Amino acid sequence: MTYIPHSLKERDAMLDTIGVKSLEDLFRDVPKKYRFPTLHLSPALTEMEAATELAELSLGNDNIRTDLVSFLGAGAYNHYIPAAVDAILRRGEYSTAYTPYQPEISQGTLQAIFEYQSLIAALTGMEVSNASHYDGATAVAEAVNMAYAQFRGKRMKIVLSPAVNPQYRAVLHTYTQDMSLTIEGENLPISQIPDPRSLINLIDAYTALVIVQYPDFFGRLYDFTALIEAAHAQGALVCVVANPIALGLLKTPGEMGADIVAGEGQPLGIPLSFGGPYLGFFATRKQYIHKMAGRLVGETVDTRGQRAYVLTLTAREQHIKRERATSNICTNQGLMALAAAVYLSLLGRRGLRQVADLCYQKAHYAAEKIARIPGYSVSFDAPFFHEFSIGCPKPVAEINAALLEHGFLGGYDLGQDYPALNGQMLLAVTEMNTKDEIDALAVVLAEVAHD
Amino acid sequence: MNIPANLKFTKTDEWFDPATGKVGLTDYAQSQLSDIIFVEVVVAVGDALQTGKPIASVESVKAAAESYAPVTAKVAAINEELANNPEVLNSDPYGQGWMVKVEGADVAGLLDSTAYTKYCEERAQ
Repeated sequence: MTYIPHSLKERDAMLDTIGVKSLEDLFRDVPKKYRFPTLHLSPALTEMEAATELAELSLGNDNIRTDLVSFLGAGAYNHYIPAAVDAILRRGEYSTAYTPYQPEISQGTLQAIFEYQSLIAALTGMEVSNASHYDGATAVAEAVNMAYAQFRGKRMKIVLSPAVNPQYRAVLHTYTQDMSLTIEGENLPISQIPDPRSLINLIDAYTALVIVQYPDFFGRLYDFTALIEAAHAQGALVCVVANPIALGLLKTPGEMGADIVAGEGQPLGIPLSFGGPYLGFFATRKQYIHKMAGRLVGETVDTRGQRAYVLTLTAREQHIKRERATSNICTNQGLMALAAAVYLSLLGRRGLRQVADLCYQKAHYAAEKIARIPGYSVSFDAPFFHEFSIGCPKPVAEINAALLEHGFLGGYDLGQDYPALNGQMLLAVTEMNTKDEIDALAVVLAEVAHD
Repeated sequence: MNIPANLKFTKTDEWFDPATGKVGLTDYAQSQLSDIIFVEVVVAVGDALQTGKPIASVESVKAAAESYAPVTAKVAAINEELANNPEVLNSDPYGQGWMVKVEGADVAGLLDSTAYTKYCEERAQ
């Protein structure tokens, strides 16, 4: 469909129809002094000048593809994005498509979302996925909304592991601030965090949802099967916040018995982009589907018996169910979900496993090397995926400043969120980090310890 | 439009059977809603109902609606089948589509079938 602006003749005819003499008359209700205020803007630039200025601004960035070697994770990770992802995303049919409310002209968009949903359900080991949320943090907040709706206000407690990403926990508090929910567990002493069993004591008949992370914020891995069984015995639901790359290698939360799996889909073909746009994925069991928020695409047949896709179970969403809907969300991250679907399709099960395996192996190589540097130690004993915490001989900020001078983006300063972990740095290693880079990191870390 | 003579009705399109104590949605309601895909009864056996208190949440392919207690009474039973077969509200609204069964109700304030028929006709205009 082409965009053709209306002609002057058409415009005058429209004005005439509504009984208005000129376009300016439509602004009559705006007080005169505000109608066309003087804006103190710099003179207009030509496209060439604007492009030059923006290019100069962008030189202020150090990006991890060309300027820095990154070992930073903590919720967003540097993974390789195949060229095909961008090639498909930039197609006008996808990048300009709006909400597929009219299935007759949206089959491409709807099929892409359906494929995305199918891939996420398979990846997480769950029965159904929605069309995605804004990001990992809000996807976790939607898990709380869903649990709250499921129990219709009869269960008002959330058990939240302190090992869930601190930013997600902050968003959760924002989302739930007027819901009269009790959120417990975040203040568990760090020494107890390693054991998810410490959360079991907090679960009771008043608990709606237990939230844990896999791998946890410190990169550590646990099998939550026992925790989930304990929660179910009390009638509570469990949400596992998962890393999608890790799911290519490890036991899925679905296999552990999770009721909801949510998380950040950025690692699946989406660039870091200084924080967004990202992708929240959300999967659950069919029995909860009517309480699930977000858009949902279904497969059906049209009047000619041909396979077709539609938005389905739409009366759940707020624009229909209004104040009784689980959530206000009736949208999705269409373009990012497409990126994830393209990434997963391209890699396939084996390719994704290979990426995960490379992350795992390289991270363990790095951990072993760093553990041998005097002054440094690996903080936790638990098995980990591609992130681990190290104790440092100097303040983390100082170490990171030195690393930056050598062209490294260092790890996350855990002390800023966990006072008990002051002096500890969270390092992430992905398939993008070469052995040479890891060796070079170790050399610089050793140097910094001695300065 | 099917409006059985033996039942009582509300202006919010619920029916009540004084003989059995059963409550449901009328044929008019199901036809307005179109294909029903989800029914959630929000009261439990033993609950005390006040006239006008929500008893069920209904979702169709195009709308979401609440169903309200037509009488003040106690819930004696709820129709467990609705969770698995919500479409029965469309196909058999006065039979298998019953939502809750109450005891100890009084029918004061309810419309009889004639009054309800008239009410539906007025709305259609």
